This record gives sequence, structure tokens and C-alpha cells, in this order.
Amino acid sequence: MSIASQATAPRGALRIDQAVKLYDPDGARVLAVDHCSFDVAAGEICMIVGPSGCGKTTLLNAIAGFHGLDGGAIYLDDQMLCGPGRAKAPVDSDRVVVFQNGALFPWKTNLENIAFGPLVQKKFSRAEAFDKARYLMAEAGLEGHENEYPGEISSGLRRRVEIVRALINDPTVLLLDEPYRALDALTKSVMHEALLETHRRTGITIFFITHDLEEAIFLGHRVVIMTARPCRPKRIIDIDLPYPRDYTVLTSPRFRELAADISAAVDEEALKSFERGEREG
Amino acid sequence: MADIAGTVSSESQTRPPRTLRWRNPFLALGTQRALISVTVALIIWELGSTSGTWLGHALPVLGVVPSPVSVARAWAQLIRDPGYWQSWYWSTLRVLLGFTAAMLVGIPFGLLLAINKTFRGIAFPVFELLRPIPPLAWVPASIIFWPTQELSIDFVIFLGAFYTIVLNVVGGARAIDIRLIQAARSMGASRVNIFRRIILPGVLPSICTGMEVGIGITWEVVIAAEMISGGGSGGATSSGGGLGFFIWNSYIGGSYPDIIVGMFSIGIAGYLSSAAVRLIETRITPWRRLR
Repeated sequence: MSIASQATAPRGALRIDQAVKLYDPDGARVLAVDHCSFDVAAGEICMIVGPSGCGKTTLLNAIAGFHGLDGGAIYLDDQMLCGPGRAKAPVDSDRVVVFQNGALFPWKTNLENIAFGPLVQKKFSRAEAFDKARYLMAEAGLEGHENEYPGEISSGLRRRVEIVRALINDPTVLLLDEPYRALDALTKSVMHEALLETHRRTGITIFFITHDLEEAIFLGHRVVIMTARPCRPKRIIDIDLPYPRDYTVLTSPRFRELAADISAAVDEEALKSFERGEREG
Repeated sequence: MADIAGTVSSESQTRPPRTLRWRNPFLALGTQRALISVTVALIIWELGSTSGTWLGHALPVLGVVPSPVSVARAWAQLIRDPGYWQSWYWSTLRVLLGFTAAMLVGIPFGLLLAINKTFRGIAFPVFELLRPIPPLAWVPASIIFWPTQELSIDFVIFLGAFYTIVLNVVGGARAIDIRLIQAARSMGASRVNIFRRIILPGVLPSICTGMEVGIGITWEVVIAAEMISGGGSGGATSSGGGLGFFIWNSYIGGSYPDIIVGMFSIGIAGYLSSAAVRLIETRITPWRRLR
């Protein structure tokens, strides 16, 4: 199975090259990311798993441009995002982040939330931005919730709004930081199938951080297992389950094999991290 | 499974009418209780204040308070007196002036404190040093500072609301989730956009809280300031008095029922202001309606 054949857009290839990130809380220099290197192909769904507080989010923040690196470089489609001579990646709508507990603006209606990107970038007129937002909402099954506030809809719907809000900017990479963490199992599986459907339609590159191993195997082309801090790939596992995947995959023997394999690797790192008393994060 | 589904649906069918049937009597019960409690309180007050006549000697505290009947009579007289309404007018005007000034200065000041480190470093220590001084302690100094007595009262009222509003704005701006700002940036929002579309709406609920607390404080302050300063530049009988001075003047003049009328008037004024603030709050933060 080739990733390239599934992608409709050839853009969005990430290369993380010897990335290093130090944290300096209370003068104690802590290595969060240590010579971390791996590639994410254009159009790939790349799942990142690893112990709590291992530095996965640090890596995501560096790709998004919320902070810089202390060594190494990150490239997007062979263009350097950050690295020597470029402290921080520019924060741009070609890489949009969807956060752990959601970051919808509570004072904007769902429609206004989704139209936010096009409106602030002034790529469209107000009317065009709202038309596009309305169209995408209908496509994602969010019709009828346009004029409600995020506080008025279920957490599952909120997540869907948030992903649509990211996609309306036509990003080449979607950066997801445990977006489904707070959802119940049933809602989660609905969200998974919807995300796969969205990916099939857009061919966007997805960089997805999760603690949920089933989620990682169900969604990903590959699963990158990170070491306990400092963070670097311990193993990268190809998920050779054919797309389109649906819930029946979860009970297939191959799924079980992969799950056993991955949880053994993750457990080892989780134990290291636990013994050192890392905080949740 | 089918049984469970059946029970659930039949229960959910019976539930709405049941709440409808029960809500009305409950409300009526609440109203009844309120009416009874107010009536009983009025009766106790009336009996207490007339205790001198029917007991032979007046009860402590209640015995020297004007009776509700005499208060009602005094009030009925006063509502035909333009001077009484002038008092309302002056106090309300002062509260509005001081409060509006506190918002106009306090909100930008609080936002600056929240978003600019340098400004916070310079301005916050002075703010924190002045803040513990009660507004009323400023009255004499204020009378010396300001050219007119009217301005000095306004200034003291301004102080009463100012600190509360500033602290709420700073707290509100700092409580804005950093991820909202990061999300906005990642969707291409400029600094101006983030300020206008994230910070400003983000602090609105805190501004509302500050307003609610602040308006209460301004009414406390205006009454005391009017009593201390003698009710504005015009002196005792002039229009500059206000409700605080009205109470004080009634005390000096020995018309005790008027004192009570003045007190209740302030209660009503305070209640109406809070209601107005709450109305504004629901208008400008509609997303909090359904929380």
C-alpha cells in the first residue's frame, strides 16, 4: 500500500531533522526533545504515541511555530520552517493546530468560529467566508448548528467544528494534539470514521498525537512510538491495514497483533517515565 | 434491551408535563411565602414601633423607629415633593458619572496592565499601594484637590468602582486560555486581530463582573460622600443634595420617617442599577446565557 497513491495533494511532507529542545525551568536544564529525526510523507496520517510529558507536544509546538528549537531543523516540503538561522517557524495557516481540550472561541457562534481564518486573513469577503463556512459545515454534518455557540453543542460536535475550522484554511498539515481525549468511546469512533473520510477527501497530511493505542492503529498509516523524555522515535511501525477502514478492523487478527506489538513498546517507555514521576501533559 | 428502551421512552414522555404541572404551584408557593414574610415583618415593625402606646414603654431598637404607617405617609408626601426627586437625580447623576469614568479609565488601564509587561512593572506597584485606601478616606483630600465639591464627590465615586474594574480586567485578561490565542495565530490572526477578537471578548465577562460589584460600591460611596461633604456645593436646602444628604438632612431636621424613606430609596436605586447592569451583561455576552 503506498501512501502517495492515496494523497490527492502532493504537498505537506514534513522532515524533522535532529531536532533538539531544552527546557529551563528553575535553572535546571531539561532535555525535552533529543536529536529526534523522522519524516512524515505528504498525505500521510502519522500517529505519535509516547509516555505523558515525553515531549510530543513540544515537537508539535515547534512545527506550529509556537516556539523554536535549540538544535536541528524542521522542513515542510523541503522549505526550512525552523533551524539554523531561523529561530522559530512562522505561525501560518498552512499548519493548523487542533488542541487537546478544544480551543473554539466561546463568544463566537460555530459559523463565526469556522469563518475566523478566512476573515482575519482577508482572503475572502465576509459573505464569501461565511458561504464557504456554511458549505463546509453542511459537508461535515453540522447543518443547523451554525448560529449556536460552542457551549450549546455536544463535545463531539465541538470537535467536528474545530476540525472544520482548521480545514477551511486549506492547510497542508493538520496538527492534532490529542483532539479526542475527552470524548467517550462511542463518540470517539464516530469521530475517527469522520476524520478518515475527511482525509480521503482532502489528502491532507495529519500529524496526530495520542495516548490511545487503538486510535493510533485505527487511524494511522504509521505509528511513531516515542521514548520517555527526552523524546525521540523508539520505533516506527507501518500499519498495513488497508483503507478504507471501519470499526470491523478493530477485531481483525492483524489489528490485535499490531496492538500487542505497540503496547509492549509503549509500556516499556511509560514505565520509565512513570518511575521518574513525569507530570501529565 | 427492548424493555429498557421502552421504559426510558415512556418515562421521557411523561416527564415534560410533570415538570409543567409542578412548576406553577411551586412558583406560587414561593410568592406566597414572600408575601407572608414581608407582611409579618411589617406587622412586627408596626407593633414594635408603636409599643410605647400599647405596652406602656417602648421596646429597645424597634420602639424608637418610625412606624411603617408613618413611613408610608411620609413617602406619599415626598413623591409629590420635587426636592425628593432632585435628591434621586443628583445621586444617580453622580453614580453614573463616577461609574462611567471608572469604566472609561479602568478598562483600558486594566488591559494595558495585562498585556504590557513594562507598563505593568511601572504602574502596578503604585496601583497596589493606593488600592487599600478606602474611597471615603479620600473625601477630605479630594475636596482640597478638586475645584468644586461636585467634582470631589465624583472623584471619590470613581475610585470606588475603579479598583474593582481594573482588577477584574487584569484577572480576566490573564485567565484567557493561551490556546485560544495560539489557535487564532495558527489561523493567521495578526496581533491587532488577536487583541480585538480574542482579548476583548475574552475579558468581557470579567468586565461585567467588575461592573456588577462596582455599581454596588458606587452607591455605598455616593451616600457616605454626600453625608460627609454636605451634599455638594449648594448647601443644605439646595438641589445639590442627593439621597445621602437627604437622609442626613432628615436626621438633622428630626423628620425620622424621612430617614427611612431615604434608606429604602437607596435600596431601590441600588437594586435598579444592578438590574440594569445585569441586563447589559446578558446583551453583551450572549454566549454565557446558556452556560
